[in-house]
Order: sequence, then C-alpha cells, then structure tokens
Amino acid sequence: MKLLVCVKRVPITGGRIVLTEDEQAIETRHLGFAISPHEECGVEEAVRLVEANGGESVVLTLGPADAEEQLRDCMAIGIDRGIHLVTDGEEWDPEATAAAILEAIRADEAASGPFDLVFFGNESADSGGFQVGLRVAHALGRPCATGLKAVAVDGGLARCEQEIGGGRDVYELPLPAVVTVLEGLNLPRYPSVPGRMRAGRKPLEQVTPVRPDSRLERARLVVPAGESKQAEVLGRGPDAARAVVDLLEQIGVAS
Amino acid sequence: MTTLVLVEHADGGPTDVSLQALALAGGLGGHVHALLLGPGGAEAAQAVPAAVAHVAEHEALGSFAPDAWASILCATADRLGATAVVAPGSEHATDAMARAAVRLGEPLATNCTTVTPGEPLLLTRIRWGGSLLEEARLHAGRALLTVAPHAVAGVAAGAPGSVETFTPELAETDLVVRVRDRVAPPAGGVSLTDAKVVVTGGRGVGSAEGFAPVEELAALLGGAVGCSRAVTMSGWRPHTDQVGQTGNKIAPEIYIACGVSGATQHIAGAKGAKRILAVNTDPEAPIMSIADYAVVGDLHEVLPAVSAELRRRRA
Ligand SMILES: Cc1cc2nc3c(=O)[nH]c(=O)nc-3n(C[C@H](O)[C@H](O)[C@H](O)COP(=O)(O)OP(=O)(O)OC[C@H]3O[C@@H](n4cnc5c(N)ncnc54)[C@H](O)[C@@H]3O)c2cc1C
Ligand SMILES: Nc1ncnc2c1ncn2[C@@H]1O[C@H](COP(=O)(O)O)[C@@H](O)[C@H]1O
Repeated sequence: MKLLVCVKRVPITGGRIVLTEDEQAIETRHLGFAISPHEECGVEEAVRLVEANGGESVVLTLGPADAEEQLRDCMAIGIDRGIHLVTDGEEWDPEATAAAILEAIRADEAASGPFDLVFFGNESADSGGFQVGLRVAHALGRPCATGLKAVAVDGGLARCEQEIGGGRDVYELPLPAVVTVLEGLNLPRYPSVPGRMRAGRKPLEQVTPVRPDSRLERARLVVPAGESKQAEVLGRGPDAARAVVDLLEQIGVAS
Repeated sequence: MTTLVLVEHADGGPTDVSLQALALAGGLGGHVHALLLGPGGAEAAQAVPAAVAHVAEHEALGSFAPDAWASILCATADRLGATAVVAPGSEHATDAMARAAVRLGEPLATNCTTVTPGEPLLLTRIRWGGSLLEEARLHAGRALLTVAPHAVAGVAAGAPGSVETFTPELAETDLVVRVRDRVAPPAGGVSLTDAKVVVTGGRGVGSAEGFAPVEELAALLGGAVGCSRAVTMSGWRPHTDQVGQTGNKIAPEIYIACGVSGATQHIAGAKGAKRILAVNTDPEAPIMSIADYAVVGDLHEVLPAVSAELRRRRA
C-alpha cells in the first residue's frame, strides 16, 4: 500500500493564548510545537497499515522551514519519507492549502504511483476549517468520509466508522480514497530513541509553492473576553470537604 | 438578495443549531429560504420560520449521503440565485458545506459567530475550538458559512411563509459515499455530554488505578467521569472519556477538574460548564484563573473526604 498523511505544525499554547502586537498570530517565542492529535492518529494508522500490509507511508506538510521538526517526529514513529511544502510562515487559507497539497500529490503519484489512502485530520488544530481533506478529495475525484474513529482496509475497500449521537455510522469507500480522522482512531505510540535516530536520515523532499491571495482573509485575531478570573478558594486539603458539599447542595446536585 | 439555510431536523422539528443558523442568516438581510432534506423534512418544515421552506424528498435520502446533500444544496442555491448559503456547524452539515464549497469553487468560512454583509463580507469565526477568535474578510461570489454551535441565540421556531416539496436529481456518484450501516450506542452509564456533574481526572491522578476516588465521587453525584489528554495518552482511560478540543464538549451544572492544569485545549471542551471547581496541589496552576471555585490540595485526599462528607450527610 502507498499511504499519505497531511499534518500541520501548530504551537502548544498551554494555559493562556498571547497574541503578537499586530494581532496577526499567536506569540510563539516561548512555546513548543506539535501537530493536531487527529493528525497524530492518522500518522499512527498509516504506520500500522504499512506494518501489516507492506508498502510505503509518506507525510506531507505545508509550513515554515521549522515544520521539518513535525515531519521528523512523524518519521520517528515510522513514516518512511516526507514532503515539505515550504512557506515563509504566513498561514495559507484552506483553498490555497488544498491546491498546494493537490499539486504535490499529483507530482508524487506521477513519479511513484497512486496513494491508496490519503489521511487528513478532520480539522486543523488552529484554524479548524473542516475542509482541506474534502477539497483535495474532490479535485482527485476520490470518495471521502469525514470525522472517522475507525478505518479498516479489506481488499479494495475501506470500512469507516463515524461517531454520531453516541452510535456509529458505517461507510464503505472503494480505494483509492481520502479519509479525515479524529483522535480516538487509535492510541498513537511514542517515538523510540532508535526511531528518532532513523528519522534524521529518511528522505525529505522540499518544494516551495507560491501563495495565492486569500479569499478567506484574516483581519486580526482576538482572545475572547472574560477568560481571566481568580477562583474562590473553598479550602485546603481534606478540610475543604464540607465547603465543597455545601456548594454541591446549594446548586442542587448533591442528592 | 436571498440566503439559503440548510436546516437539519430531528423529532419532527428543526434542530437548535439550525435555528441558530437561521438567526445568523437573518443578519445578512434579504429573504431567508430554508432547505430540509430526507424523511421527516416536510413535517419539520412547518416549524421553520423562513420565507420558503424547500423540502427535498428522494428515496436515497433515507441514510446520510454527504455528496447528495452537497449536490442538492448547490442546485437549490443556483435555482434561487442565493447570494449566501448558511448551515449549522454540526458534523453532517459542515461536511456537506465543504463539499458544496469545492463544487461551487468558493471559499467556506466555518464556525462563524458574527457576520456583517458587504463586499467583502466581514465575519468572526472561532479558532482553536473556541479559545481564539478570528476576524476575517470573505471574498466570494457566493458567501458560504457555517455557524458555530451554541454561540448565537437561535430564532424561535415558527411557521414558514410556504413549504415547497421537490424531488432532486441525484447522480450515481453522489451516492458512493453513504451510510451503509449503523452501530448502536453502548447501553447504560451517564453520557459525558449530557451529565449534570462531570468529575475529571488529569495527569495528577497518577495512574489508571488512581481514578478510584474520581469514579467514586462521580457515582455518588450521579455524574460522569472525564479525563484530560495526558491521561488518554498514558493509556489510563479511553479517549471516549476525554474532555477538550479534540475530545468531548461538555455542559454540566458543575465541572470538577482534579489534577488538571487547565490547558486551553482542555478548557475548550468545558466552556459549556456552568461552574468549574478545580482541585489542584498547585495554587498557581492556570486552572486557578479559569475555575470559579478551587480546593488547593492532593486530589487523593480531597476527593475521598468529599465523598465521605456526602455519605455522612445522606445517612
Ligand atoms: C491541538 C491540541 C489539542 C489538544 N486537545 C486536548 C483535549 O481535547 N483535551 C485535553 O485534555 N488536552 C488536549 N491537549 C493537550 C493539552 O495541551 C495539555 O497537554 C493537557 O490537557 C494536559 O493534561 P493535564 O492537565 O492532565 O496534565 P498537566 O498539564 O501535566 O497537569 C497536571 C496537573 O495536576 C496537578 N497535580 C499533580 N498531582 C496532583 C495531585 N496529587 N492532586 C491534585 N493535583 C495534582 C499539577 O499541579 C498540574 O496542574 C491538546 C493539545 C493540542 C496541542
Ligand atoms: N498547512 C497544512 N499542511 C498540511 N496539511 C494541512 C495543512 N493545513 C491543513 N492540513 C490538513 O487538512 C486537515 C484539515 O484542515 P482544515 O481544513 O484547516 O481544518 C488538517 O487536519 C490537516 O490534515
């Protein structure tokens, strides 16, 4: 099987989001970076599928030079090679992102054959556009199911489960197909030390696409108001139990 | 000017999030038309306060087929000359809107909370699961928007000007992706999303076994147990228990968060909680400036004491 996973580098914001002075971005000087948990599960699933069936897994990101860190993290878990669409750090809107990813997929498929499955996160951690995967699928003319918590490949079909209202809806997609996945799909492994060593030597292709004008153009970011307050301390240690139960009684949930 | 709103329905009426989508669409000016799909649409249309409620009836709409929804949305928007299409930010509607956007060759702004009509259209949308807002300009031939759930007050249900039923034309390719089967929800237990009390354990719980006092308190209060991603990733609890941006969104009367630091991505799932009580050894933890109430202390001492006090008062 040949599989692709698309991931996006985002800051790990911790307890409070602080913006840059121009309100165009999150202040990331003191922050670490990651990919969305949804995408982590996509990476894990691709690695497992190749472990079980043989073949090759590829990870792709559109992002700044520093996003190589996220590609190497994915390779440390077992992805075989990477494609880095290098940007100047400015965020691309979902249409532009999808167009660039589409072009990269076409180029890779022309060189080494079609991807049986392309994995996307259901939504990116930061922008949450809920659309890049569907845009790419449509352009490729491939079926796509979204928000999946289970993907099982059998023969030429992917059996997919989507959680709706507590139950699960089942889809069957003929391959090649595109899936967008959610955290809970699997429990991703942590990279091993030898995995990290190998990752540094795996092939990484770099392409520098040109950013088109945004049709969904960010004006500024705003931290929602009313986030900061100071909790009323009911007490310290087990002695606080009475005050806690008083509160539970007062709001009517104690009985 | 006409705005078309995709209205989802359940139990014979429009869903709450659809009424919220109608409210946001009202702010665009002009006529608001509604589109309802599938069995029960005609009945539900009677409670949709739009100029015209269009009801698509087709035997293939009995189970969800997102490309069919997108195809009908696009055809109806074209037929009405709609300048905007608005949908609730639910799973199915969001999926269908993204497919409609790519078919129409238009951008899509998801999870909007405000719109101001104009060229370009100005909007506010949520990022980071609601921890951050973005003000944006939408440059589009036709504005396609989804509305963030529970961020906008819905319109009241009410009779439409008229109801028009039609049979859409669907291609075979619109039905490749469709729900083939359904696995029923597991029986029993209090669901996290409906629970009046949620007691969550974070990394501070220390181990899978360490959840015993969390479970005990939740059971005493008839509530549900939640966890943070640190817990899920450690394999102490299943992801179905996770609260947060990439887990469950909860809305209890009280959220009791124990051994949880209060990362924005965790709190994104608890924004619907009426009150938050934090139990944490660290008085400086970020959750202390998010919670309404706090107990500073070791959860392994505090929770058993709270359970014992509850039992004592009940005896
Ligand atoms: C894109 C993205 C999405 C994410 N989505 C989610 C999500 O959906 N849900 C989620 O939870 N996280 C999510 N995260 C992870 C999140 O950023 C945090 O890493 C995570 O929430 C931390 O979990 P925690 O609070 O349990 O652990 P920590 O941050 O390690 O905090 C542990 C807390 O326990 C306290 N403590 C320790 N011992 C005790 C004790 N004995 N008694 C009382 N208190 C004690 C400590 O003082 C500390 O405050 C996401 C991250 C990213 C980047
Ligand atoms: N810059 C990017 N690079 C690679 N993949 C991306 C990028 N942006 C979005 N994606 C993929 O598309 C998914 C959905 O993104 P979005 O439509 O922005 O919510 C993400 O979870 C990723 O899998």
